[in-house]
Amino acid sequence: MVAIPVGELRPQARTSPGQHWLTDLLASLPPSDIAPLASRQRQAREALAAVPLPSRRQETWRFTDAAAIPLIPAHPLEAPSAPIALPAPQPGVLRLVLDGRRDPLAGLTLPAGLERLAPAELEPLLGGSLAANGAAGTWPVLLNGALATPVLALRVGLALPTVLELVSDTGAATGVLGLRVLLVLEAGASLEVLEVHRARGASLTSVVVEARLGPNARLRHGLLAQGQAPQPGSIEPAGSAPAAPVLLHHLAVVQDPASELELIAAVSGFGLARLEPLVVQSSGAAFTRLRGLQRVDGSQVADTHSRVLFAGPDGRLDQVHKALADGAGRSVFNGAVIVPREAQRTDAAQLSRSLLLSDRARIDTKPELEIVADDVRCAHGATVSRLQQDELFYLQSRGIAADQAARLLLRGFCEEVLADLPAPASLWRPLQALMGEDPLR
Amino acid sequence: MIRSDAPVLLEIRDLRASVEEQPILKGVSLTIRAGEIHAVMGRNGSGKSTLSKVLAGHPAYRVIGGSVLYRGEDLLALEPEQRARIGLFLGFQYPVEIPGVSNLEFLRVATNARRQQQGHDELDTFAFEDLVHERLKVVQMDPAFLERSVNEGFSGGEKKRNEILQMALLEPLVAILDETDSGLDIDALRIVAGGVNHLASADNATLLITHYQRLLDVITPDYVHVMAAGRILRTGGKELALELEESGYDWVDAEIERLEATLAPGIALEVG
Repeated sequence: MVAIPVGELRPQARTSPGQHWLTDLLASLPPSDIAPLASRQRQAREALAAVPLPSRRQETWRFTDAAAIPLIPAHPLEAPSAPIALPAPQPGVLRLVLDGRRDPLAGLTLPAGLERLAPAELEPLLGGSLAANGAAGTWPVLLNGALATPVLALRVGLALPTVLELVSDTGAATGVLGLRVLLVLEAGASLEVLEVHRARGASLTSVVVEARLGPNARLRHGLLAQGQAPQPGSIEPAGSAPAAPVLLHHLAVVQDPASELELIAAVSGFGLARLEPLVVQSSGAAFTRLRGLQRVDGSQVADTHSRVLFAGPDGRLDQVHKALADGAGRSVFNGAVIVPREAQRTDAAQLSRSLLLSDRARIDTKPELEIVADDVRCAHGATVSRLQQDELFYLQSRGIAADQAARLLLRGFCEEVLADLPAPASLWRPLQALMGEDPLR
Repeated sequence: MIRSDAPVLLEIRDLRASVEEQPILKGVSLTIRAGEIHAVMGRNGSGKSTLSKVLAGHPAYRVIGGSVLYRGEDLLALEPEQRARIGLFLGFQYPVEIPGVSNLEFLRVATNARRQQQGHDELDTFAFEDLVHERLKVVQMDPAFLERSVNEGFSGGEKKRNEILQMALLEPLVAILDETDSGLDIDALRIVAGGVNHLASADNATLLITHYQRLLDVITPDYVHVMAAGRILRTGGKELALELEESGYDWVDAEIERLEATLAPGIALEVG
């Protein structure tokens, strides 16, 4: 347990307002006392002080305005005044509520094939997938390392029939929450995960999920990021809008040969949401399927930066990313696919489809293919369009009013991704949440 | 079936329309009564598909003159969806694929929009399923197509069957079928034509837009109109279609030239 003197955290040179925010945040954090995490946390806090906050001066944040981050109150997430009401889990679902405080496994009997990793097992594994994906030193990951004390670390030894639901809901609380998960799927194991993050206050949820897929393992991972614009309250100065919630999410996966990863992510409602799905096929010969859907409205920013590295031959990737941009929202997609010399016979396809629904919205989409191997198939395509006049007219010509026709088309656009979510996702009304029309919340 | 005392369903008078400032329809007049089947024939670019889209209200086409009365009501003043609800139907030459929207739901929403207009109750999911399964028989369509996205991955023939299925559900008073025969093999053509014949009655009317005689071998028209350069050049009975089949469209050019010369001396011929 080491308390870091605040003075040491201040950068030597210029200090920006963002850096002050960070200093205040770090000073407000309790020191960790959980071995072996305490020393990692100290290292992350030290490293973080030397890395500038994300800004558009950095290449990977070039199109993404991160100004929402330092608007979040610089303290750990306040405890909710009342417990957050969540819909009752569906049968066959093991729900773990992550609040950064309590041990989500406390008092639970885990189903056969699922077990908690002991601290001694955790130590060598933690951070491995991040490092393999080259993400260990990025600002959001360091922030998470500085924040997250408990790590939910699970090992799956067989084909688990239970769907693992990981839920965080910060409600209207303000402050910064760090969540850290490590999943180890042994050879031949399979797991369905549904991750749900909800927020509607001036909060920053920092999530890092690492996964390690052994040979023939299968992970189907649904991610619902359901933010909501905060209701105007009394804490803000008159006339200024309350700060909108922020989500910074990393999923870092290492896949052994013959393993399968499927990620289906649906993101909406956050002032800033940044998703970084990162995958390494450690020896190639694995299958990665990525599906992403994000919607922005108002002044929201949603950014997906994915990266898939084939470190061996015969790997496959099937990626579709979709975006809807309305209001004055900004949507960013950057899809890196890296095929080095040893990754012969890689078969990768990436498609980005975006709908621009307003003149003030903006979409930046960029495939980023680095291909050195010569015997590969790498297809990519990107379209940005408005709703198709011919599709609208076809529906209208069948008696469907223009606004209803537009809604049907948008729903169809979204359903193509949402239909792939693990079945228990329906509980969270993914379409309604995405379109900002969920009456239950 | 021609009955001179049958009510007029569609009255097109001197209709002129343009797309991207290019005039395409240059004065089309046509009267359609209940019980009649009309065929509009013509070469590519004659304006026959434009006529169908203008009647259905496609936003890319601008009406620059003339009028269209549907049962006495100004059709051109209505939004496309309103035209459909009161009983006008356009069977598309190229039915649009709509990924992610279930065909069954699309058909239900469309059917209920029409029913509501007619003062009928909306059908719930179960009642609609009964209706749609009954109407599937009209076009001998596999129910599996209901579960798929609208027209997505359908073959040409399946798309056209889906169009006629929509027609069977919406029960229009005026059905305009734009090149319904294109892309169909002979078996599919028979099934689609059989569906159209089945739906034709003394109370409704059909306007077939076609390039070829072969559709008219299976659906017998009461009137055949030959269209060229945005006008109807000649109107006759079903024998006119046979005549066209024999002589081709070459006589059309000479007639158009003569017509253009009398209408606007000194202005070069525009074949739209």
